[in-house]
Amino acid sequence: MAEDAAKSVGDTDSAKAGPPADAVRAKPEPPPGATDGPLLRIEAVVKKFGPLRAVDGLSLDIKSGEFFALLGPSGCGKTTLLRMLAGFETADEGRILLDGHDIAQVLPHQRPVNMMFQNYALFPHLSVRDNIAFGLKRAQMPRSEIATRVAEMVALVKLEGLEKRKPDQLSGGQRQRVALARSLARRPRVLLLDEPLAALDKKLRESTQLELMELQRRLGMTFIIVTHDQEEAMTMADRIGVMDTGRLEQVATPRKLYEAPNSRWVAEFVGDINLFEGPAEAAEGGRLAVATKDAGTLIVAAPPNPPTKPLVCVAVRPEKVKLSRRGPASDAVHAHAINRLDGVVTGVSYLGGFTTYKVKLDSGAVLRSSMANTARLDIDAYNASQRVVAWFAPDDCVVLEQ
Amino acid sequence: MSARRIFARPARFAAIAPYVWMVLFFLVPFGFVLKISLSQTAIAQPPYVPVFDLTEDFAAIKAAFAALSLDNFRLLVSDNLYVLSYLRSLVVAAVSTSILLLVGYPVAYGMARLPRRWQSVAMMLVIVPFWTSFLIRIYAWINILQHDGLLNKILLALHLVSTPVVWLSTDSAMYLGIVYSYLPFMILPLYATLAKMDPALLEAASDLGAAPGRAFWLVTFPLSLPGVVAGVLLCFIPIVGEFVIPDLLAGSDSLMIGQTLWLEFFTNKDWPVASAAAVLLLLLLLAPLLFYDRLQRRQLEDAR
Repeated sequence: MAEDAAKSVGDTDSAKAGPPADAVRAKPEPPPGATDGPLLRIEAVVKKFGPLRAVDGLSLDIKSGEFFALLGPSGCGKTTLLRMLAGFETADEGRILLDGHDIAQVLPHQRPVNMMFQNYALFPHLSVRDNIAFGLKRAQMPRSEIATRVAEMVALVKLEGLEKRKPDQLSGGQRQRVALARSLARRPRVLLLDEPLAALDKKLRESTQLELMELQRRLGMTFIIVTHDQEEAMTMADRIGVMDTGRLEQVATPRKLYEAPNSRWVAEFVGDINLFEGPAEAAEGGRLAVATKDAGTLIVAAPPNPPTKPLVCVAVRPEKVKLSRRGPASDAVHAHAINRLDGVVTGVSYLGGFTTYKVKLDSGAVLRSSMANTARLDIDAYNASQRVVAWFAPDDCVVLEQ
Repeated sequence: MSARRIFARPARFAAIAPYVWMVLFFLVPFGFVLKISLSQTAIAQPPYVPVFDLTEDFAAIKAAFAALSLDNFRLLVSDNLYVLSYLRSLVVAAVSTSILLLVGYPVAYGMARLPRRWQSVAMMLVIVPFWTSFLIRIYAWINILQHDGLLNKILLALHLVSTPVVWLSTDSAMYLGIVYSYLPFMILPLYATLAKMDPALLEAASDLGAAPGRAFWLVTFPLSLPGVVAGVLLCFIPIVGEFVIPDLLAGSDSLMIGQTLWLEFFTNKDWPVASAAAVLLLLLLLAPLLFYDRLQRRQLEDAR
């Protein structure tokens, strides 16, 4: 160990790097000939920990300049995937291509990829300035350039005046900024962020989300963020990959993920949802009639691909469910209000911007409805034990297979 | 703070307990030694003058005070025998501590990287020698190193040497004994700092372009410095005053200050000079301790 260390003090770290890694590190823009393909291609990657397949045959393409979020419950393999991209874990099967080159043989310290660690992993013995300069010094950057780049990074994350502080003299939010500046300083081809905002309180987290997005757009860099917080993923990412037990369940834009989930699991994992099961039959106007046990026959818009099995699941988001004291009055509303359910309000949660109601249907099932509080006075509010009609349009339902 | 408030709560009493201990078992005995070091040797019981007798009148006590002098200290710094003893002690301690650090660091590093389950086993293995008396372990080394001992038998059997090698009563034997005896005191503080280091820091260093060896010198080693300082002090200070190991394993041509002190006290019956040697040794060892204290204080100030 000591011998190895003594040897490496003299020589340069970057000299050991393979030609592909060096070539991509030198230029921020993709090298010629690689622009048409995706920046990062993950091909059928498998990672096993003993009998557990943490990542199980996962394939994914990530475009240059994209803000991509890996979303999933803890233990779904999203952090393992990120660590494979950084080089801390090696894939048991499959390939990871960066700019068309397989990076399996490229060691972590030679990859043109940087990571922002979950607990920041700032070097406690180094000042803010030295933490940010750490990666630049390893890249053998001239001293004057390092100073310029560090100043630039410090300004970018608004840490002016704190350059000489040690990490334990900073607040949580400031430490997060140092970690960000440190991982951005080398201008990586891809920035990996492992739960970067998990340690911040809600207000700071929200403002930092916006700053991260702004930063990513300004730098035109590719960000891959791992998070278990769906709001965070929705707010920031261009596309979200939802992971469960080592597989990607769905890869889509936030809107598509929420409004058109491709499976019951995704529908339940992302946001709140009401689900009703039953056999489906074709109905007039290209719609489906689903005879549910809990909510009677529901008329829903037919999915683009007709269901393969007779038993389907009708999913409707709480905010698509409207409540009325009686049935909708006007004809215009009536036209959309095909699905009408009678029930009693059993729970009211006032959340400021909106209120969620729990409605116990006459069948005994519970339906959730969420309504924006558009007026300051509570003329539209419902009380517990009040009888209401819940209704929603066929277009607001998603048909999912079991 | 009034005395009443100090004793008002058990917690406060617990806080002053270490000071009571220090005063009773360190400061008071040290006062006696300091007083004897300022006295003159005499053929008497006790073997020095003046002797304070609190039953006598004030004038006699005043005379006894006047009889105290720094003569013994002047002797210590002017006589080569003592100066060389001090120097040898410092050299032996410095060399031993360096060897201990070179041996102990890799061991502690290896221990800290073992799987959790095995770390406690390794820790036991480091501590196990303490279950046997220190003297017995040193005598075992005499057995191994002597003319017809185990080491020479093995070397002869392997035809590495043709005649038995003289190991015993050499500096090599003494260093071997010291390193063997003090190794746990070096390993344990180093292990403690290395084990609590966040492995993510090394990953971060690697992520930022540092090759493994580089990451060690830039991250692991600087962060383990508190353990290094603690281990060095824990070894260096007692080795300077070491008496048993050099007496049993080293030759008799040059003495460490512990041995010189023993000779003055028991063979020459010169209590005042022996006491002065002890006081001077203490002052000598205070220097690295004060340095360590300043280092810690500066770290605390940095952290503020």
